[in-house]
Amino acid sequence: MFQIYCPYCEELREEEEFHPKGQAHILRPADPDACTDEEWGDYLFFRDNPRGIHHELWVHAVGCRKFFNITRHTVSYAILETYKIGEQPSVTAEPSVSEAATATDDVRQGVRA
Amino acid sequence: MNQQVQRLAQGGRIDRSRPLSFTFNGQTYQGYHGDTLASALIANGVDIVNRSFKYSRPRGIVAAGAEEPNAVVQLGASEAAQVPNVRATQQALYDGLVARSTNGWPSVQKDLMGLVGKVGGHFMPPGFYYKTFMAPASMWMTYEKYIRKSAGLGRSPAEADPDIYDHFNRHCEVLVIGAGPAGLAAALAAARSGLRVILADEQEEMGGSLLDSHEILDGQPADQWVAGVLEELGGMANVTLLPRTTANGYHDHHFVTLHERRTEHLADCAPASAEGARQSRARLHRVRAGQVILATGAHERPLVYAGNDVPGNLLAGAVSTYIRRYGVVPGKRLVLSTSNDHAYRAALDWHAAGHEVVAIVDAREAPDGNLVDAARQRGIRVITSSAVIEAKGANRVSAARVAKIDIDGFRVAGPVETLACDCVASSGGYSPVIHLASHTGARPTWNDALLGFVPTLVDGVHAAGGAQGIYSLGEVLADGAAVGARVASVLGGSAEPLTLPACEAISESPACALFQIPHEKPTLRAPKQFVDLQNDVTAAAIELATREGFESIEHVKRYTAMGFGTDQGKLGNINGMAIAARCLKRTIPEVGTTVFRPNYTPVTFGAIVGRHCGELFDPERYTALHQWHVENGAEFEDVGQWKRPWYYPRTLSGKPESMHEAVARECRAVREGVGILDASTLGKIDIQGPDAREFLARIYTNKWAKLAVGKCRYGLMCKDDGMVTDDGVTSCLADNHFVMTTTTGGAAAILEWLELWHQTEWPELDVTFTSVTDHWATMTITGPKSRQLLAELTDIDLDRDSFKFMDWREGTVAGVPARVFRISFTGELTFEINVQAHYAMHVWKALFVHGEKYQLTPYGTETMHVLRAEKGFIIVGQDTDGSVTPEDLGMQWCVGYDKPFSWIGKRALTRSDTARRDRKQLVGLKPKDPKVVLEEGAQIVFDPNHAIPMPMVGHVTSSYYSPTLESGFALAVVKGGHDRMGESVYLPMVDGSVHEAEITSPIFIDPKGERQHV
Repeated sequence: MFQIYCPYCEELREEEEFHPKGQAHILRPADPDACTDEEWGDYLFFRDNPRGIHHELWVHAVGCRKFFNITRHTVSYAILETYKIGEQPSVTAEPSVSEAATATDDVRQGVRA
Repeated sequence: MNQQVQRLAQGGRIDRSRPLSFTFNGQTYQGYHGDTLASALIANGVDIVNRSFKYSRPRGIVAAGAEEPNAVVQLGASEAAQVPNVRATQQALYDGLVARSTNGWPSVQKDLMGLVGKVGGHFMPPGFYYKTFMAPASMWMTYEKYIRKSAGLGRSPAEADPDIYDHFNRHCEVLVIGAGPAGLAAALAAARSGLRVILADEQEEMGGSLLDSHEILDGQPADQWVAGVLEELGGMANVTLLPRTTANGYHDHHFVTLHERRTEHLADCAPASAEGARQSRARLHRVRAGQVILATGAHERPLVYAGNDVPGNLLAGAVSTYIRRYGVVPGKRLVLSTSNDHAYRAALDWHAAGHEVVAIVDAREAPDGNLVDAARQRGIRVITSSAVIEAKGANRVSAARVAKIDIDGFRVAGPVETLACDCVASSGGYSPVIHLASHTGARPTWNDALLGFVPTLVDGVHAAGGAQGIYSLGEVLADGAAVGARVASVLGGSAEPLTLPACEAISESPACALFQIPHEKPTLRAPKQFVDLQNDVTAAAIELATREGFESIEHVKRYTAMGFGTDQGKLGNINGMAIAARCLKRTIPEVGTTVFRPNYTPVTFGAIVGRHCGELFDPERYTALHQWHVENGAEFEDVGQWKRPWYYPRTLSGKPESMHEAVARECRAVREGVGILDASTLGKIDIQGPDAREFLARIYTNKWAKLAVGKCRYGLMCKDDGMVTDDGVTSCLADNHFVMTTTTGGAAAILEWLELWHQTEWPELDVTFTSVTDHWATMTITGPKSRQLLAELTDIDLDRDSFKFMDWREGTVAGVPARVFRISFTGELTFEINVQAHYAMHVWKALFVHGEKYQLTPYGTETMHVLRAEKGFIIVGQDTDGSVTPEDLGMQWCVGYDKPFSWIGKRALTRSDTARRDRKQLVGLKPKDPKVVLEEGAQIVFDPNHAIPMPMVGHVTSSYYSPTLESGFALAVVKGGHDRMGESVYLPMVDGSVHEAEITSPIFIDPKGERQHV
């Protein structure tokens, strides 16, 4: 079970409070009627399935009801950052050792909070 | 009562002044407080504790801990207390304990199935079940019943569990798993820095190997040091000690599940506490840890030789543990077969207990460590470069066949000597217990020097001592203390370094790599050499699997079932990998390891469930009127978590109505008089803001720009794939204020859906949403007489021209503030009265006082369904399934094709697949025989005489009997149905009969909708 830092509540909470909503940063085309069937099909149905860094949309469903993004490693399941809607991820490549240590710090702070 | 024939007169951690009586397979025996069931069985000379899974061979106790593959018993004196899958080596003895073997028919001593084992081999090769019972597939269920019966995997109780179980959520900075020397040192180092520490250990007593160690710490027996450390830890407020607690699963982000057995050492059902309170039998601790230290130790590996499953074959370390910790010797004459110095302890303990060590058979050419010297000094015969190649005996070991072996050439290299004995102990070295580290997803790494897999550790996980292949006591203690201090410093704690107890250094000669012992005959012809005792997997089976082309260890495992037992192959897996590697001419790391998964040892379902059972299984939601429904005899239906009245059976001349009769009466009341429904469960979302109207226009398929204050409108909601996802009526309360209703089951999901679009795509829209489902109670009065009834109770003008269909008005009803909506889900004249939930009972009762003269009739969800279906009103989720567009429903009237914003779902309606003419479309079905009520879900075909498989063209979505039509009727989706009005379709049923039905409009009553406008 994940432990997730809600960027709005600014607290680490248990996964039970959240719902995953799939890949993040999927923008609805501004003019849907200008899309070809193929483009619209891609928007509707096609998602990445990476081994490694993945940006995901989650919602703090039984908390603040806010949607936010998570950068998660799909192999280690480490959550490398969480950030608000409208913001861009700061982790877009495999983390170096120092970044992994930062993630640990977050966990530790949560335990103490 | 039997004698404890193998019990020593003194020694061990048992209390000889506290004898305990227990029964095993119906025989009564005696043991002592401090025994496990296994040690007590050995004390009583019980050799055979089970029959094996596949060949039904007699099996005895092999190990002394969690790794035990054979002594798996069924526990419980009463039916309700039955517990399967208990390892006798982990079960503390208590007075009155009742245990049985899980396998063996008619008994473990005389087993008819054993015949299979004798002639076995050729009849039951690996993949036996797949090969033999593959065809015909339909017979598998029949075979399986008998296979399972003879396999005997234990059974669950047939009566309800009388015990209670708890869940605990815990947080700590440091979780230490295992309280042996490494775990105790690590916990102490971390605890002294002030961090919150949890120390969990699966055994009856903390101390691990120190409880039966020879070694002297600070001039005292090692268990004295254990007692001192536990006293210090026990006195610290920041430390939680959890004995009898197994860490069973390591989940994401340092979430570890601990299974604490609180009373299983006392009785089979939890006794009352000293204060007379009810105690939970077990607890599941859900621990979120900052960092985790795995001090889980190592399991000894047995050697694989012929006849290694005959009772009397034990692990060398287990022999030591039984002698030193429990004061029992599992035999009279020992032969020890080893690849390392460590195992010599078993022979030294055996000798010290005054029993005969026939020989130590060492595979190495020139062992010369301290323990080897000690054995020689005691006059014990040490045979080098040799191994036990076969244990002889049927129900108990009677001799060991010993020969020189050539390990690299995998052959017997000299003459065979037969040594009479009744116990063969073996040791092929140690395997670190990597299970929990493996749960994190990290693959272990083979270490050639250690001859074992060591855990790969993800961030925040640490291993100490035996768990990472450090075995000598002094180094184990130092490693534990160092890891504890390191973790503390990572977490910002600091303390004086631990002063470790002085410990004698023992020099050991290097071990050799030894897994399977060669026999004079090739593996495939030699007597069975068992690798996995619990699943009866032999070395020959693994060799055969590799010959049949299974090269991946994961495939070998599945083909042979190696490691598939409840012991997860704790003893056998590495030997199996080594044998596969030998056969494939690869190295062990090239063959790889299999993955361990939670749980480490079996967990009782009670602990997993905790208090979430019975009435606490899932929350139940009641409306404000629930008590009235109960008092008036309603039958209830679950809709999501809600309890909704289903129908209200009346008792007529002493006989309660059937559902069919009640629903017919309720339907007539609505169509002819007036009925009332508690519709409070409908989802209600309050929507406010200057952009609320624009938001609705984007989220709904239809138009909202001109909906005036005081008006209501039905809306359809799609996902962006064009498929209907919800529907309901939204009313305009003020120009920037609306209240949306959703389906009962969809309320939470739709609120999340609205938030999703607002927060992620259109944050510029000024609009807010809040759920008001529970704030308002909704009472629907419907039928031709509903206006007359409501008029008696309200100050609202109900005139048909001033309060029109699809209007809403504010006013009072029965003296309390109310919103009344003139909307209809029955097709009749309807008023939906909404009042604050706390007023609901008052208003409901007032309606009944005034309603008596109109024979006001309460109706439930079943009648609601019939009435709405007669009108062709859909239920989203019943008549739709996520593949139905508004056009498939024939609801083009509810689609705003020319709205300026490309609303959710619009673009998809012109995709080639969504625009097909032959999509499944909603139609009505009228059975040719009016008495027939079609089955919901029944498949529809155009040609019932078509060869099987018939092309299926749709299915029934809703089907009822209509008392108004005096006929069955249904809603269905049929391919191209809108163009097939009047045609016949056919519904072949399971019993071979075929129903014929006519495709009609889905609106069966009042197609022009005049009745709701009156």
